[in-house]
Amino acid sequence: MTLFWVLAILLIATAVFTISQRSPVYSVVGLLANFVVLATLYLTLDAEFIFIMQIIVYAGAILVLFVFVINLLSAGTGPISEGPNRMPRALVPAVLVTLAGFGFLVVGLARGPLGILPPHVATSRMGEVGQAGVFGSVADFGVALFSAHLLPFEITAFILMVAVVGVVVLASDAAPAPTHGHHLKRGTQKREPILKAER
Amino acid sequence: MSAPMSVDVSNYLMLSAVLFFIGLGGVILRRNPLIMLMAIELMFNAANVALVAFARVWTNNAGQIFAFLVITVAAAEAAIGLAIVVTVFRRAKNVDVDEAAALRG
Repeated sequence: MTLFWVLAILLIATAVFTISQRSPVYSVVGLLANFVVLATLYLTLDAEFIFIMQIIVYAGAILVLFVFVINLLSAGTGPISEGPNRMPRALVPAVLVTLAGFGFLVVGLARGPLGILPPHVATSRMGEVGQAGVFGSVADFGVALFSAHLLPFEITAFILMVAVVGVVVLASDAAPAPTHGHHLKRGTQKREPILKAER
Repeated sequence: MSAPMSVDVSNYLMLSAVLFFIGLGGVILRRNPLIMLMAIELMFNAANVALVAFARVWTNNAGQIFAFLVITVAAAEAAIGLAIVVTVFRRAKNVDVDEAAALRG
C-alpha cells in the first residue's frame, strides 16, 4: 500500500518534470525516471513480462531514439531553439480541456460498471510469481501470447514492418520522385532549408 | 510482503487518469515536437497502467497482452513521429510545430 503511493507520487512528479522542461534533454531524463518507476509499478501488479518490456523497449530503445534525434537535430546548428514561450496563451485552454476530460473520467469511474469488479488488487506473495502456472509469470504470459493471442502477436510484426518502411520513406532525402542526378549529388548536398524561398 | 497487500483498483485507474491528462496537457501546452512526442508516450503508458491493473484484477492475461501491443504501437509511433520531426527540421530548420504550416489552407 505504501509502495503504491510512493510510486504514484514519483510517477506524477517525473511526468510533470518531463513536460515542464524547456530543453528536451532534461525531458528525456525525466521520462527515463518515469519509465523506470512505471516498470516498478508493473511489478506490483505482477506483470513481469511487461516490466521487462518497459525497461528494454521504452527505456532502452525509444528513449535512445529520442536522444539520438535530439543529437541529430542539434548537430552543427547549436542548441535546439526553445521557441517562443506560448505558455500564457495556451494555458487556459489546456487547463480547461485537461480538467474537463479528467472530470468526465472521474464521474465515469464513480458511476460506471466498476461495481461488478472485485475491488482490490490482490498481489501474489513474494516468490509465487515467476513460477509457471502462476498469474503474471513470463511462462504464463508466453503461453497465452503464442496460443490464444497468436494473431495479434503476428499483426505486431506487420505494424513494425509498416513503421520501418514509413521511416525509411520519410527520412530519406529523396523527393517523392527521385531522379538519378539527385541521388548522385546527395552526398555533396548542403542542408539548405528547401522551403525558405517560399516563406 | 508475506501478508497479501491490496490496493484498490480505482487507485490504479486514478493514477492512470492523472498520468494521461498530464500527457494531454503536455501535448496542448508545449510547442516543441520532441516534448509533444514524449507527452504522447506518457499517454500510452497511462493506458498501459489501466490495462495491466485490469489484467491483475481479473487475473486474465489478455490485459497484459494488450499492453504489450500498445508498447509495440508506441514504438512504431515514436519512430515515425521522430522521422517526421527530422524531415520537418531538415526543411524548415526549426522545431516549432506552429512554423510547420505549409499545408495550412
